Amino acid sequence: MSLWEYANPVKFLSFSGKIVPWFAAGAAFFIAVGLYWGYFLTPDDYKQGSTVKIIYLHVPAALIAINAWFMMLVASLIWLIRRHHVSALAAKAAAPIGIVMTLITLITGALWGQPMWGTWWAWDPRLTSFLILFLFYLGYVALWAAIDNPDTAADLTSVLCMVGSVFAVLSRYAVLFWNQGLHQGASLSLDKEKNVADVFYQPLLMSITGFVLLFVALVLIGTRTEIRIRRASALLARERG
Amino acid sequence: MNALLLRDMRLAMRAGGGLGLSLAFFLIVVVLVPFGVGPEMGLLSKIAPGILWVGALLACLLSLDRIFALDFEDGTLDLLATAPLPLEAVVSVKSLVHWITTGLPLVLAAPVLGVLLGLQSDAFYWIVLSLLLGTPALSVIGTFGAALTVGLKRGGLLLSLLVLPLYVPTLIFGAELARRGIAGMDVGTPMSLLLGITFASIALLPFASAAVLKINLR
Repeated sequence: MSLWEYANPVKFLSFSGKIVPWFAAGAAFFIAVGLYWGYFLTPDDYKQGSTVKIIYLHVPAALIAINAWFMMLVASLIWLIRRHHVSALAAKAAAPIGIVMTLITLITGALWGQPMWGTWWAWDPRLTSFLILFLFYLGYVALWAAIDNPDTAADLTSVLCMVGSVFAVLSRYAVLFWNQGLHQGASLSLDKEKNVADVFYQPLLMSITGFVLLFVALVLIGTRTEIRIRRASALLARERG
Repeated sequence: MNALLLRDMRLAMRAGGGLGLSLAFFLIVVVLVPFGVGPEMGLLSKIAPGILWVGALLACLLSLDRIFALDFEDGTLDLLATAPLPLEAVVSVKSLVHWITTGLPLVLAAPVLGVLLGLQSDAFYWIVLSLLLGTPALSVIGTFGAALTVGLKRGGLLLSLLVLPLYVPTLIFGAELARRGIAGMDVGTPMSLLLGITFASIALLPFASAAVLKINLR
């Protein structure tokens, strides 16, 4: 049993149909518990007051926003190398989710920045990088939307995703060089000591888990929709022809 | 390759080639900025490197869709794709022609427009140098964008949406080089990074552009 079996749209549909409810239910559970725990059962921060609680939306959304692009890159590579349509459609399905997550990150960040930094927006490296990431997402989605032939669209957007990834990383470091920042360092990392207190950390982990599950569920649903659209248009073409 | 270069140059030079268009656009952008921010020379000379860079970038963008559009419409591009010359070389020549007809005039015009913005004469050197090093990257990256959108009916707006984010690093390092040079600071870091972007784009992007063209010509 290999992973590539699910490159077959029929197998993918039947398998993903079985697991989507689980992911969706898990996402709902973890996000509900994480947010409730975070918003109502944790104390206010001694410096930031209750504004600290935006972290339960801001950090998971940012995490998904970046990793959605990474997932699109992997899916694009799989499409270019092995020509599995499901892969290209998964990349297509992930992009709008990435846009929304980037927007959530920018908006919650602005809401937090107003009372804390005294400004909605600053040209800080992290903020600017996210804005640029948002533009990359827009271009990607616009290219998908502009091309009629689905295979051409999949090819072109895949190449754009690869080239875009290189330039997105370049922009990240260019922006770092361009302006020193206001934003605090990474709150979570795998190899370093954590700098978020346990009371906030545990609900945050719940919330992140929920967002990851939500992302997987949404990508699966989006891919299923795309496959069905493809199938419907094939049927229509057969009827006409 | 030389024949193609000469042909494209000739086409660009002739009437309707749009050679003067980007220059005129550059001029208008630079003239409009003082109307927007006020005629104070101190402020203008401070933001002049940024204006010149953004203006050059937009003027460059304006002429991108001409790179492949006409050749695509009359079928020349299909012939070029089947010619013995590799498509990567064709793409490189097209970028080169775009740079000679758009990038180079912009570089040469920048100091003249700098006068309008109250730039000191020792600042001209840095403006010209940064643009000279940065505009080739703009042409090459733009060629990639033009190759992506070549088959589309209304590709113009989409082209800007695709290409402008890709221009961000070049713009940052280019403008930073000019700014630091004018301020008398150390320019080593932005200069080497700008050169890195330019050379890496020239070396690698034609392969991506050629691949994309092949997809579009399928």
